[in-house]
Amino acid sequence: MSNGPLEIKAISGHSGPVPGQDVSRDYDVCKLVDTTTCIGCKACEVACLEWNGYEFRETTFDNTYQTMPDTAWNFWNLIRFNEHENDDGTLSWLMRKDQCMHCEDPGCLAACPAEGAIVQYKNGIVDFNQANCIGCQYCVTGCPFDIPKFNNVTKKVYKCTLCSDRVGAGLEPACIKACPTGCLHFGSKDDMKALANRRVNQLKEAHKDAGVYDPEGVGGTHVIYVLHDAKNPEKYGGLPADPRVPLMVRLWKGPLKWLGGMGMIFGVLGVFIHRVKYGPKHVDKVEEKRP
Amino acid sequence: MSGGAVVRPSISIPEEQVVRYTFQERIYHWINAIAYTYLLTTGLALFTPHMYWLAAVLGGGPTIRFWHPWMGVLYMITIFWMHSKWKGDMIATKEDKEWQKHVKDYVENRDDKMPPQHRFNAGQKQFWWVMFYGSIILLLTGIVLWFPEEVPRNLMWIRPIIVFIHSATALLTIAGFLIHVYMSVFVTPGSMKGMLDGTVSANWARQHHRLWYEKITGRRK
Repeated sequence: MSNGPLEIKAISGHSGPVPGQDVSRDYDVCKLVDTTTCIGCKACEVACLEWNGYEFRETTFDNTYQTMPDTAWNFWNLIRFNEHENDDGTLSWLMRKDQCMHCEDPGCLAACPAEGAIVQYKNGIVDFNQANCIGCQYCVTGCPFDIPKFNNVTKKVYKCTLCSDRVGAGLEPACIKACPTGCLHFGSKDDMKALANRRVNQLKEAHKDAGVYDPEGVGGTHVIYVLHDAKNPEKYGGLPADPRVPLMVRLWKGPLKWLGGMGMIFGVLGVFIHRVKYGPKHVDKVEEKRP
Repeated sequence: MSGGAVVRPSISIPEEQVVRYTFQERIYHWINAIAYTYLLTTGLALFTPHMYWLAAVLGGGPTIRFWHPWMGVLYMITIFWMHSKWKGDMIATKEDKEWQKHVKDYVENRDDKMPPQHRFNAGQKQFWWVMFYGSIILLLTGIVLWFPEEVPRNLMWIRPIIVFIHSATALLTIAGFLIHVYMSVFVTPGSMKGMLDGTVSANWARQHHRLWYEKITGRRK
């Protein structure tokens, strides 16, 4: 990837060698969600709806502070509230901002059959282009986080865009802008990883299993979490411990596609050769004696 | 005329014909064939990006996603109808084993070495059962793919398995379909006439399906 446009060429009011010349920051983007400083205010939920132009849906009360049980086609950002009983009998009240993880190796994109319906940008954003979406929902099948959501009226699938429109214009995503505690950060992946690790080191004094969630199985993600207990991500509203693109999706889009294609090509070739070599069957015209 | 009959070389005597397929059988077969062809082409468009151009030819991605399942319903109706008519003729018989032994002779057109066959030969029976059971698998998996949003959250894990089975089974039926179409169009002259007009020549019937021919005509050599 060319970082050319972001490399410093000259700076004003400076004599001598230009500091930072020919050096550029990585162009990829990353959202850091520090679950340890989230207060569950849901400002990010509101900001997401406002920026993306969706009306508030009716909420569902389920004996929790959670707005509704799951994300939806027009509700991409959900704070999941979980009361977790620890081994020592104490209670942890866990809040996690759930949204598309923007995988480096996106299962939705691998599974999608429609040309150009899912686009992965070099900066890491995985975006859906509804104009090309055919509504088959194979993306849902490919996603290990169960993120893409189907709209039964438009027959299209929707999900968090990481505010690709804002990011493209040099702005941070709407959720980041709205967060009042600073638990949401946005920057390059390297910077966010460094910030997350710094925070984890801080947390280790009180939470020995604190860690960063950046799952390897999907090539890393462009949304990463700081967790008090990185060994048990499931307790944060079902965050998978080792998310992977399903094996059957890999086999389907890999060996089966290859074998099927080869089989069809050689099948057609085979019958063509057969025809040329053996020709058609001939019917012997035996005039039978009628009884 | 005296002195015996004179047959001028330009006049051919029409061959004796026997009925092979009724009007209803032919109609159902061709509805099924058209439906399968649509399912095949739209299915391939969804199967591999190399074939996605077929989606554009057939009305666009959302259109084929809408019609593929409905055409599948039509296809299944005709499959089950044909099954009700043909299942008796598709049951394995002792002649099938003999045919299997001579499959190489059949492929290499040494038909004189083939054992006599009933209405359908062993290869046709195999093709039928591949299509019949394959279609049932395609129907069951296809229903899940038609309404994937109805799959309960705790059963989401079956979806990748379902989509794999649907594709793999479809490929199996494509292998059968390819041979079926090739045999009827390019290898066995007269069989296409049987499915279009409903009749085949007595000679054709005697050569390819002697036991069936003897049964329907009551003739024995």
